[in-house]
Amino acid sequence: MAEFKTVPADAPMADKLMTWVDNRFPATKLYKEHLSEYYAPKNFNFWYFFGSLAMLVLVIQIVTGIFLVMHYKPDANLAFASVEYIMRDVPGGWIIRYMHSTGASAFFIVVYMHMFRGLIYGSYRKPRELVWIFGCAIFLCLMAEAFMGYLLPWGQMSYWGAQVIVNLFAAIPFVGPDLALLIRGDYVVGDATLNRFFSFHVIAVPLVLLGLVVAHIIALHEVGSNNPDGVEIKAKKDPKTGVPLDGIPFHPYYTVHDILGVSVFLMIFTAIVFFAPEFGGYFLEYNNFIPADPLKTPAHIAPVWYFTPYYSMLRATTDPMVNVLAGLIGIGAVLAVVKGRFSTAVKAAVVVAAVAAIALLKTFDAKFWGVVVMGGAVIILFFLPWLDHSPVKSIRYRPGWHKLMYGLFVLFFFVLGYLGILPPTDGRTLVAQVGTLFYFGFFLLMPWWSQLGSFKPVPERVTFEAH
Amino acid sequence: MKKLIALLLVLLTWTGAARAAEDGIAWDKFPQQKLTELGALQNGAKLFVNYCQNCHAAAFMQYSRLTDLGLTEDQIKANLMFPTDRIGDTMKVALDPKSAKAWFGGLPPDLTVIARSRSVQGKGSGADYLYTYLRTYYRDDTKATGWNNLAFPGVGMPHVLWELQGQRAAKFAEVKDPHDPSKSVHQFAGYEQISPGKLSALEYDNAVGDLVAYLQWMGEPSQVKRTHIGVGVLIFLAFFTFIAWRLNASYWKDVK
Amino acid sequence: MSEQQVDQGKRTWLIASGCAGAIGGVATAVPFVSSFQPSDRARAAGAAVEADISNLKPGEKMTVEWRGKPVWIVRRTPEQLESLKKTDALVADPKSQRNPAEITPMESTRNEWRSIKPEILVVIGICSHLGCSPSDKFTPGPQPSVPDDWTGGFLCPCHGSLFDMAGRVYKNKPAPDNLEVPLYTFLSDSKLLIGEAKA
Repeated sequence: MAEFKTVPADAPMADKLMTWVDNRFPATKLYKEHLSEYYAPKNFNFWYFFGSLAMLVLVIQIVTGIFLVMHYKPDANLAFASVEYIMRDVPGGWIIRYMHSTGASAFFIVVYMHMFRGLIYGSYRKPRELVWIFGCAIFLCLMAEAFMGYLLPWGQMSYWGAQVIVNLFAAIPFVGPDLALLIRGDYVVGDATLNRFFSFHVIAVPLVLLGLVVAHIIALHEVGSNNPDGVEIKAKKDPKTGVPLDGIPFHPYYTVHDILGVSVFLMIFTAIVFFAPEFGGYFLEYNNFIPADPLKTPAHIAPVWYFTPYYSMLRATTDPMVNVLAGLIGIGAVLAVVKGRFSTAVKAAVVVAAVAAIALLKTFDAKFWGVVVMGGAVIILFFLPWLDHSPVKSIRYRPGWHKLMYGLFVLFFFVLGYLGILPPTDGRTLVAQVGTLFYFGFFLLMPWWSQLGSFKPVPERVTFEAH
Repeated sequence: MKKLIALLLVLLTWTGAARAAEDGIAWDKFPQQKLTELGALQNGAKLFVNYCQNCHAAAFMQYSRLTDLGLTEDQIKANLMFPTDRIGDTMKVALDPKSAKAWFGGLPPDLTVIARSRSVQGKGSGADYLYTYLRTYYRDDTKATGWNNLAFPGVGMPHVLWELQGQRAAKFAEVKDPHDPSKSVHQFAGYEQISPGKLSALEYDNAVGDLVAYLQWMGEPSQVKRTHIGVGVLIFLAFFTFIAWRLNASYWKDVK
Repeated sequence: MSEQQVDQGKRTWLIASGCAGAIGGVATAVPFVSSFQPSDRARAAGAAVEADISNLKPGEKMTVEWRGKPVWIVRRTPEQLESLKKTDALVADPKSQRNPAEITPMESTRNEWRSIKPEILVVIGICSHLGCSPSDKFTPGPQPSVPDDWTGGFLCPCHGSLFDMAGRVYKNKPAPDNLEVPLYTFLSDSKLLIGEAKA
């Protein structure tokens, strides 16, 4: 029992108890390091609510999920009926179900806002790259979790949406069809698929998600939060206490701040749960109130709203689009050779890679490249810390036209999302193609454009107005 | 930035226009007030059991739940159930799937959540659709059933309520297509009553309103309770938000 | 503003949010906790069951399922009813005085036959020891596992508990209580409603 702390015999009971625990488990140490003596920048704004809200929605989904699983039946013949059973016969079941379905959409709204904050304030830059990477991994897991959860009600949209997406994996050359068979556990989406998606959705992915969220927060706390001005608060510390001058302890200031955020969020959340749980057919799709019928394909299959931007990009990757991409790769290679300041060896490698890429593009189906584009749109996020070459972190001190770039990015993301809901037409596909090109151009050309323009001087201390 | 947000909002609201060109006519609005009239709902339940349940099941709806409409279990057993059913059973259909396939080409769909599944963004709610559908049948000898429908052209279901509404023919006029003057479009130009029904037009609309109210209720029996609880929850949360706001202010006034 | 006032302000709002939060928390827990209760379907499945005893001959037993449990209905013969007087001295609780609210909830069954009508016995066929279902042993006389003066009743195969023709448990057997008599009503001479004591 080395180095046990002791308290005098007349100390209050609470002190004695805490000392006993602290001698065996770093309770007080953790509390201080992560709450009462974890110093966060004092200039957090509206965009900084969404991290704690994401955690809240995760808890909501887990708790409502636990209670749903008590009554849900993961069997193709019983699933749809069991959901109606929850809605009608289980006391309070309809509240739990609506909270879970609204929570799924709320999760994506919150997470998109949270990611956007990271984007505009440069929260992914050194030394926070790993926080961002864990975050992107969480986003990927969240997409998988939502996709598999959506199969469970076994409605028409559940079934056919799953059928379409699993068939995308079948588009992968050589391994595709076998891979799809492995995912489905059968030749078509069926009971086997439902059971394994249930297992993944209820246990496997949530465990991974929880682990990633813990890693995400530990990584964040290790380096400390960024802030809207992109100023590193640890650079200016009080010489006596070592506390950052612009820092305030997370507890009580941000615990209390986040309670307010939670309260406002819950008002919006419960307004939807109690007054518009279907949300115009976007949160609970109308077609999903028809039991799954493998023999009848709905006229219009669309994924749930939060996947539509990526779905749009998938559909936009047609044969002409593949040619455009090949052309762009060619131009890119030529520019790299003529204008690039690399060694000859690197330039040669670039040319070889470009030729190989163009050959591959022309060999495989546009359908496969659509899958690659869709996946690539998510994967490219992981590389953001190394794509951004701007001398300043936060959008506040970037040239004005950078704001336009980010605005256009958001606009195209919304437009792509909207187009993903609608059936395709020639005109819509063209717009989606433009949007896709802008999305990838935004990221792939960022090493170049993020350095252009006249930047404003970054202050030494954060900009803060007392409340 | 602000201009971009404005542009975004404009684009987002530009939803409905694209949806108008679906097949079938525009839908009338279902009389919402019937949802809270127990008399209407009870009449609707009666109409459903007598006219619809011969072919359509409502397999997720328990008979015992009909007590929500102000009926006692004995009343339900006496008026709305077959003698062999138990009060805890669901509203299954007597029709055999094989016979259904032979007569209609397939088993008529389950109606438990039909009001939820038929909504179309920009066109109306499922109840609007059902209210329109049940009132736009017309005689059509080119169809196997002898009936066609303006809201669901080519429907395989006959006009089950024809005795109440009577038989009507639909008149169509050839009108120039507004998009392409060289073509002409079939446009609906009114009904012609062939033989009268047991109910007047107004009474029939009312009866259909009751039936659709029942279908809407059956789709989600807790819907009225849901909005009532919601009001209480939101009032509480507004109150809590105020407290949270003052709590936040009381700490943050220290931060300089 | 003095430190005291500042702290007072914080304290007021802390208490207010604490109380409001507690109320909100309890209100939120309500639907979750109630979802544990039996659903409408479970309640419906647990509803009373009708039993037609018109074809039940004297000395015969029929079994009906109610709430997942076997309910035995025995049309006892006059000899079997007579035997109850002999087993009075052999059973642990001859007057059904133990746990009457649980084991014989209806007043009308707290008599020497443990039934509303003497010849119709209605009991739940689950041994009060550890829940096995006893077997019929209606034939009187010596047999394996029963005493030599056996007048008829039930034998539980799991641990050897014995019950007489009114479902009363014998002395010195593992089972502590008599067989439970459920709520039941005679809808007519030939029809019973098991699970409800209708007036």
